[in-house]
Amino acid sequence: MATIKMTVNGRERSGEAEGRTLLVDFLRQELNLTGTHVGCDTSQCGACVVHVNGEAVKACTMFAAEAEGAEVVTVEGMANPDGSLSVIQQAFQDHHGLQCGFCTPGMIMSAAALLKDNPKPTEAEVRHYLEGNICRCTGYHNIVKAIMAASGQDVSAVAAE
Amino acid sequence: MYAFDIERPTTIADAVAALGAEDAQALGGGQTLIPTLKQRLAMPSKLVSLTAIPELKGVCVADDGALCIGGGTTHATVAAQAAAHYPALAALAGGIGDPAVRNRGTIGGSLANNDPAACYPAAALASGATIVTNARQMAADDYFQGLFTTALDEGEIITEVRFPVPDRAAYMKFQQPASRFALTGVFVAKYADGVRVAVTGASEGGVFRWTEAEAALSADFSADAVAGLSVSSNGMMGDVHGTPDYRAHLVKVMTKRAVAAA
Repeated sequence: MATIKMTVNGRERSGEAEGRTLLVDFLRQELNLTGTHVGCDTSQCGACVVHVNGEAVKACTMFAAEAEGAEVVTVEGMANPDGSLSVIQQAFQDHHGLQCGFCTPGMIMSAAALLKDNPKPTEAEVRHYLEGNICRCTGYHNIVKAIMAASGQDVSAVAAE
Repeated sequence: MYAFDIERPTTIADAVAALGAEDAQALGGGQTLIPTLKQRLAMPSKLVSLTAIPELKGVCVADDGALCIGGGTTHATVAAQAAAHYPALAALAGGIGDPAVRNRGTIGGSLANNDPAACYPAAALASGATIVTNARQMAADDYFQGLFTTALDEGEIITEVRFPVPDRAAYMKFQQPASRFALTGVFVAKYADGVRVAVTGASEGGVFRWTEAEAALSADFSADAVAGLSVSSNGMMGDVHGTPDYRAHLVKVMTKRAVAAA
């Protein structure tokens, strides 16, 4: 076991980890940040996407030790400072971008990464960017719509209701 | 996963030293190795992470015009930073896996693993790239030695890959939609002294050069030039996604598409 330190959602955090401890397990079990989900544990589904040093990564496919000293942002760090929902989160609610909600943390984190690099993506770009995020409820239409809306674009013609 | 120790050296020299331990294994971006460890298909005593070594990262242009990419450079970085110099290579990097995978996976890791359906081996072989390690330099033609097999020695680290930049090039991948690996992918690169064609995802022996197509395309760089050629299905991979015949057929189809796009 070793003590691992990192900045999570703006706060210095530390905890114990074995060499084989995955970042997602460190966040959930050591830091009690259970917003980041484990869907497949095989790097397919994207429910565990977090940001490490500003980049979206699958927290199930990275060791906690590799995030030593890193800046990590999880879905718990996405709300506004006053606790209200961020623009992306609010758009998911407004446009019914979730049903069961299991994939949503990863969807939110991927959406935030996309909009950081590409503030006005096309619908095709949104769909392409979400290739690594699987949702088994919504059929994706309303997720795409929510992300388009969060980017400030008119979504009246996007996808189906 | 079985238990192991993990180290994060910050220099190549320290990484090489750490890899001298018994059953030590280099860890690049981990996008293949970590799933492999989860399946208990590998049992290293120690992982040596290469992600904290600044001298392994980056894209630059050498004096001879070759594009040099550090072994620890992620696919996302190559996609962004190689675009101006070698667009076909940048496009290939931008089509690997998904965005989160591209933010972790590295060129050195992909080439060291030499998955028979990985994209980078096709680019390295078609470009006649030079694989630079902590110990030596190898031509891509000597480096790839079959399924998951390379000329790397135990503990040897890919520090850089040098790509001569072609006049025209394109990579066309017929994607396996669940994994986004190549069901068959073809990289075509046209240089002043001839055309090179490398095929991934098709052969049981891993990436290979389609020399008949190289000769035909060196004489006439057009999709029609390969129309009369045929690819044998002997030695092609067969699985639930595609038969050997199907993959052999795709080799020619993807070659024609790559030439058309180059």
